[in-house]
Amino acid sequence: MTATLDPAVDSSGLSSRGGTLEAQEISAWFGTNKVLERVSLSMPANTVTALIGPSGCGKSTFLRILNRMHELVVSAQLNGKVLLDGDDIYDSGHRITETRKRIGMVFQKPNPFPAMSLADNVTAGLKLTGMKVSRSEKEALIERSLTRAGLWNEVKDRLKEPGGALSGGQQQRLCIARSLAVEPEVLLMDEPCSALDPTSTRRVEETIHEIKDQVTIVIVTHNMQQAARVSQQCAFFLAEQGTPGVIVEAGDTEQIFGDPQDPRTEDYVNGRFG
Amino acid sequence: MTILLEPEQQSPAPHPEVLDNPRWIDPALPGVDRAFHGVARSIGIAVLVIMGAIGVFLGWQSIPTFQRYGFGFFTESQWQPENDTLGISSVLLGTFTVAVVALSIAFPLAFTTAVYISEYATPRIKSALVSLIDLMAAIPSIVWGLWGFFLIQPKAIHVAHWMHTHLGFLPFFQVDTDPNASSWAQSRYAASAFIAGIAVAMMVLPMAAAVMRQVFSQAPMGEREAALALGSTKWGMVRTVVLPFGRGGIIGGTMLSMGRALGETIAVVLIISPSFDIKFRPLEVGTESVSALIAGRFGEATSAQLSALLTAGFVLFIITLIINTLAAMIVARSRSGADTD
Repeated sequence: MTATLDPAVDSSGLSSRGGTLEAQEISAWFGTNKVLERVSLSMPANTVTALIGPSGCGKSTFLRILNRMHELVVSAQLNGKVLLDGDDIYDSGHRITETRKRIGMVFQKPNPFPAMSLADNVTAGLKLTGMKVSRSEKEALIERSLTRAGLWNEVKDRLKEPGGALSGGQQQRLCIARSLAVEPEVLLMDEPCSALDPTSTRRVEETIHEIKDQVTIVIVTHNMQQAARVSQQCAFFLAEQGTPGVIVEAGDTEQIFGDPQDPRTEDYVNGRFG
Repeated sequence: MTILLEPEQQSPAPHPEVLDNPRWIDPALPGVDRAFHGVARSIGIAVLVIMGAIGVFLGWQSIPTFQRYGFGFFTESQWQPENDTLGISSVLLGTFTVAVVALSIAFPLAFTTAVYISEYATPRIKSALVSLIDLMAAIPSIVWGLWGFFLIQPKAIHVAHWMHTHLGFLPFFQVDTDPNASSWAQSRYAASAFIAGIAVAMMVLPMAAAVMRQVFSQAPMGEREAALALGSTKWGMVRTVVLPFGRGGIIGGTMLSMGRALGETIAVVLIISPSFDIKFRPLEVGTESVSALIAGRFGEATSAQLSALLTAGFVLFIITLIINTLAAMIVARSRSGADTD
């Protein structure tokens, strides 16, 4: 299957079509263990939505449901709908590979492909999804993706080196570039900075800030200050002892941090637990 | 008020040699650890000594042969003790022919089985298949030899005939008989390296499949998820992540199987008909391998022939040692063999 890159680009050469994600009544199980209880959340287009909350309350599970990675676990089950621009991605008409191309993911531990060069790593998504691009377009795409990820200046002279030969922060930005190369509408980020030093963290946050006009971002983070820095919307997850995770409060970041409605939210954002 | 000390009253400057260097720390192993260390080290050395002793013994026994036949032992193809004409060139070629046939059958089967078991099989099928493959490895060689002779040979003759008919323009597939005769000579296709290779393939397949399977299952989950999260199909993920990761194991497992195939004895003895022509035609009747030669001729050998047989065994020992060492090096240097994070 061949597909040229999307022609709907603005004058800067970057496509600007973030998608709207909406989760409706999502419940999730691992075997008989229920981990999410009827979670609903709207993630508007071209905004950064942060999922915050203490460990083990289902944030990462919720995130992985958004791009159909949850079902990779053998005992995993779910209920509810996830609408990307109005279409339920779990409908039987939709191909999983297409969904995962439109909703990309960056993981907590950077995972570049070590056997491939940096350039091949960036275009790995194209190869894996069968998108054909010409040679010149491919080089332009590599530069564009690495620039969007904030990595181009550091690696432009060593694109042939293997993907594993970078520092942790550079590897994570390479993974971001790799995800951006397939022009997703949504980018899910599962604690992308938790394994990085503060300098790399700052760079990744700059990247998030730059790409949010082209891609909708949903980021899971343990770091409340980070959530306050990068996001416009926030959702506070909580799983009280023995019960599945729920969203206690969701809304504008300023409101969640400045004027939380629920006392549990107020306790969490003020560092009284978590 | 500050007091200036006289030069000899000031504290001495530090000696240059005693600046900041690491100090030696006594490991101070407890007695139990020291004992275990000693035992483990002795056993390791004992293994090396035994291996070396075998090599030295074989080499020592080969000296009379080399003195008598010189380098001609490697160029002579005929084995006629009554004429004092002994040489292993055809025997070595036959050994490699059987091994190559066995590997070309075993490798695709082992590879696809390993990929299926590690990536696609459901847990129940996976455990059943793993047990079956281990059982395959437990079947005695002679049973495989009997299987090859009684069950496979009558059918494989027709397969060989078909290959000769349709692929006979290639020298590899030729047989010195007319394939298109109405009653083609079945006996010319029997007792060949091809049929022996089939039996040997069944013996080396389990080992290769087990090594490859273990290596594939160690491919890191992070990279697998990265490929899938980009929109890859399962096969795309296997091709991009699992197989490159397992390259060392694939090569190492294949070379280990090669080492085993070179030395397989009883199945080959049961199937082949000894022949000492220099040829590379596995479909044709007649071949010989080093181990089959030794097994077949050992009983009636005089001391001179015994030395010659031991020399042949020494050559096989060296070849197998080299192949297995190379396999171990390749596996150890690869990602799948070395420890990965």
